[in-house]
Amino acid sequence: MTQSVAIVIVSHSLDVAKGLADMVRQMVGTQVRVAWTGGDPGGGLGTDVVKIQRALESVWSQAGVAVFVDLGGAETNSEMAVERLPAERRDRVVICDAPLVEGAIIAAAEAASGADLEHVRKAAEEFLR
Amino acid sequence: MSAAAVQGVAPAEQTRLFWACVHEACAALLREEAALCALDRAVGDGDHGTNMARGARAILAAEEQLRALPIAQALEKAGQLIVSHVGGASGPLYGSLLLATAHSWPSEPSVASIAAALTEGVAAVGRRGRSTVGQKTVLDVLVPAAEALRTAADTRMASESIAAMLAAADAGFETSRALRAGKGRAAYVGERSMGHHDPGAASARLCLHAVARVLLVEHSGEVG
Repeated sequence: MTQSVAIVIVSHSLDVAKGLADMVRQMVGTQVRVAWTGGDPGGGLGTDVVKIQRALESVWSQAGVAVFVDLGGAETNSEMAVERLPAERRDRVVICDAPLVEGAIIAAAEAASGADLEHVRKAAEEFLR
Repeated sequence: MSAAAVQGVAPAEQTRLFWACVHEACAALLREEAALCALDRAVGDGDHGTNMARGARAILAAEEQLRALPIAQALEKAGQLIVSHVGGASGPLYGSLLLATAHSWPSEPSVASIAAALTEGVAAVGRRGRSTVGQKTVLDVLVPAAEALRTAADTRMASESIAAMLAAADAGFETSRALRAGKGRAAYVGERSMGHHDPGAASARLCLHAVARVLLVEHSGEVG
């Protein structure tokens, strides 16, 4: 079976990220690989480029990875994490412009049904529009 | 010191000056940690000072290794340390500033060529934040400062160029105070951001003043 698109959740709060991962798992079980990360390099609320990069690597899928972020710094830090990946992996990651909770859940459901990266992104981004 | 005279500075002396500037900037960030947090509490999440102080400590902790490197490489490593230690929105922004400045660092530094490298660094901040001057960000200080340094470097002495850079940074900082935030967490508070200084603009100004203090004192006795 070909791999499905993986999901990475990036929140300022580790609790939010972990809680959302639980919700995603409830929807799709282990069919879709999900990683989550939250908190700044000092352990406070925030985001961390190194931890985001590790999250991307931990669920790496040939089908690609869809990333969901909450506030400003989560997005810019995720962009930098993607740029730190090997060149051939960078264009297999999309940072979705979607609400964190709804986006990640819709994306996981799409990924579980075998959708490709572009369809996963589209489903998440169009959900609330 | 004339702008051209910088070119005559030996590499070892360049390295010493560079690290004196780094020390002064890091010391300023550590000293002003609480003040930067207070500015950030008014419009954001209150952690800008803590984040920048973490970056300053990471750079100082790595000094021994970085000092052995040419300035461009040391600057690049410092940018990577900022990216991995600062977090927040400021980590990618200041990281991009140092990384892009490092990539454009001149082989023969002069005020003009350093100003050109800094301009590249500032442009990278704008791209990273998808922002521009007038949105109450770090760019309100960095863009006019780099522009003033570049313009002055063509015709004026180094010390005058640095003074022009500081004047532009200060003017940008004060102008942005009245603006409504258009980017980052502060944009969420909308009109309530007006009348508050932007924490990122404040830390940028702090660092520029620190660097200028070193360069102006070092050369106060020299004439062009």
